[in-house]
Amino acid sequence: MFAKQLTVFIENRTGRLSEVLGVLKENNVNILSLSLADTTEFGLLRLIVDNAALGKEKLTENGYSSLLSDVSIIAISHEVGNLQSLLKIIDRAGINIEYMYGLSIQATEAYIVLKASDSEKIDALLEENGVKTLTCEDLAKM
Amino acid sequence: MIWSKEETLPREEMEKLQLSRLQETVNRVYAKVPAYRKKMDDAGVKPEDIKTLADLAKLPFVTKQDMRDNYPFGLFAVDKDSLVRIHASSGTTGKPTVVGYTQGDLETWTECVSRIACMGGATSKDVAQICFGYGMFTGALGLHYGLEKIGAAIVPSSTGNSEKQIMYMKDFETSLLVATPSYALRLAEVAREMGVDPEKDLKVRIALVGSELLTDAMREEMHKFWGKDLLVTTNYGMSELMGPGVSGECLEHCGLHINEDMFIPEIINPETGEVLPAGEQGELVITCIKKEGLPLIRYRTKDITRLFYEPCKCGRTLCRMENLCGRSDDMLKIRGVNVFPSQIEEVILSVPELGPHYEIVLEREGYSDKLTVKVELAAETDSFGVLEAITKTVRHKLQVILGLDAKVQLVSPNTLQRFEGKAKRVKDLRSK
Repeated sequence: MFAKQLTVFIENRTGRLSEVLGVLKENNVNILSLSLADTTEFGLLRLIVDNAALGKEKLTENGYSSLLSDVSIIAISHEVGNLQSLLKIIDRAGINIEYMYGLSIQATEAYIVLKASDSEKIDALLEENGVKTLTCEDLAKM
Repeated sequence: MIWSKEETLPREEMEKLQLSRLQETVNRVYAKVPAYRKKMDDAGVKPEDIKTLADLAKLPFVTKQDMRDNYPFGLFAVDKDSLVRIHASSGTTGKPTVVGYTQGDLETWTECVSRIACMGGATSKDVAQICFGYGMFTGALGLHYGLEKIGAAIVPSSTGNSEKQIMYMKDFETSLLVATPSYALRLAEVAREMGVDPEKDLKVRIALVGSELLTDAMREEMHKFWGKDLLVTTNYGMSELMGPGVSGECLEHCGLHINEDMFIPEIINPETGEVLPAGEQGELVITCIKKEGLPLIRYRTKDITRLFYEPCKCGRTLCRMENLCGRSDDMLKIRGVNVFPSQIEEVILSVPELGPHYEIVLEREGYSDKLTVKVELAAETDSFGVLEAITKTVRHKLQVILGLDAKVQLVSPNTLQRFEGKAKRVKDLRSK
């Protein structure tokens, strides 16, 4: 099961991040998780939100470069070594992980957002291995 | 359509006409303009020495500095009473250059612009929206009278208030747009922001762009924004010579036809002043042979181009000047390398992931020049790899074309400054 991630291109300039978040706020788009990666020149703000399509539409309207992409939100039980075991499965299947970030950690379950080189393939793989995945809606309900 | 029979004169007849007009003009300025008389005396040349067109080379050049030195009316060949219009350049780098027109000059100007508008496909049926700034700038009024003469309906909307411009275009069914290439692109952006598709919802079929270089890549961009069937031509002129109307492109896109019965073109080596043969690149020098108010002789335009005399497929025999690659004024010297901003523009427009707007920043770092090209990202991505590949491509292309290493800085769409008149895309922060 895929989730839609909303990625926004942001040049490194004071106030730019706040402007982007302002657009989402005005349209009542709730942020469930984010990762901000940057170089010296620009950054990519990757967001899991409750309404990615609306977020994308509004950001485009306001002149931002943004993209919706398929990511897997994976729930694993919160125990030492579980993430590594999962990665081993993914590695063995020859799937490359482009990036990954943690989402939220509850007492028993941890969630990670993972972007794989092949979204279809990883989806099938996770299902085969009985790994629990979530949608944005699932998260929003939590 | 060809507007006037002079545009198709056989070379021999054209040269005969040019010589008689040249001799008349030289006689007149020698008699009436003390500054010219002094220049010619200093150069040891008299009006009667001009026996052939080749003798033009004996006459001294006139430069923008001469116009400043004789500010405001020192180079005029008529009394102020005979003038019916005065224009001036913005004068950002000193005193403005002042130009004046007699009634006859306005008629000549109108004639020249009517010709270039026809070259670009204009007809009496067109609704022509002129998005050049009206005022002291010659562009707007020049196009205005020339298009009006053809019988087009003029919408003198000037620059600014882009949303209203789009409304006029829609409601008046504007079919012909006059603007700088960069403002034409801006207008298309504004139209889209308003939910108006320039290609489907508007009727613009002709763009006569000018006052800024139109590179091939920019022409492509015009098609991308306004539709592939848009007839885009550029035209050339400058206030000192008259305004727009010195030359214009026909729909064959093989250079700009110079109105040679009004202007004699020459190409010179800008360093030595030596006249170069047809086909060689150098600085364009223009002599006005049908002007009363301000007939400049051998005016150095600082524009770099080439001349071709083979008749065009369109039927015109007028000499063609190659679309400009730049002005010697605009040329940047970066780490000892001569760079025209248009070369950088070509690179940027060749990369589909980038928008058409850009900014060139020059800074001094230690003893070296640092070139930064800021450009808007048009692609959508979630990957640094893609962004890095885009900047790498641009850097590589700049390296190949300019031989210079540049820093390429991607910025968000719609964040670089937009221009309504001439775009100012170069920021030279190197201390002078």
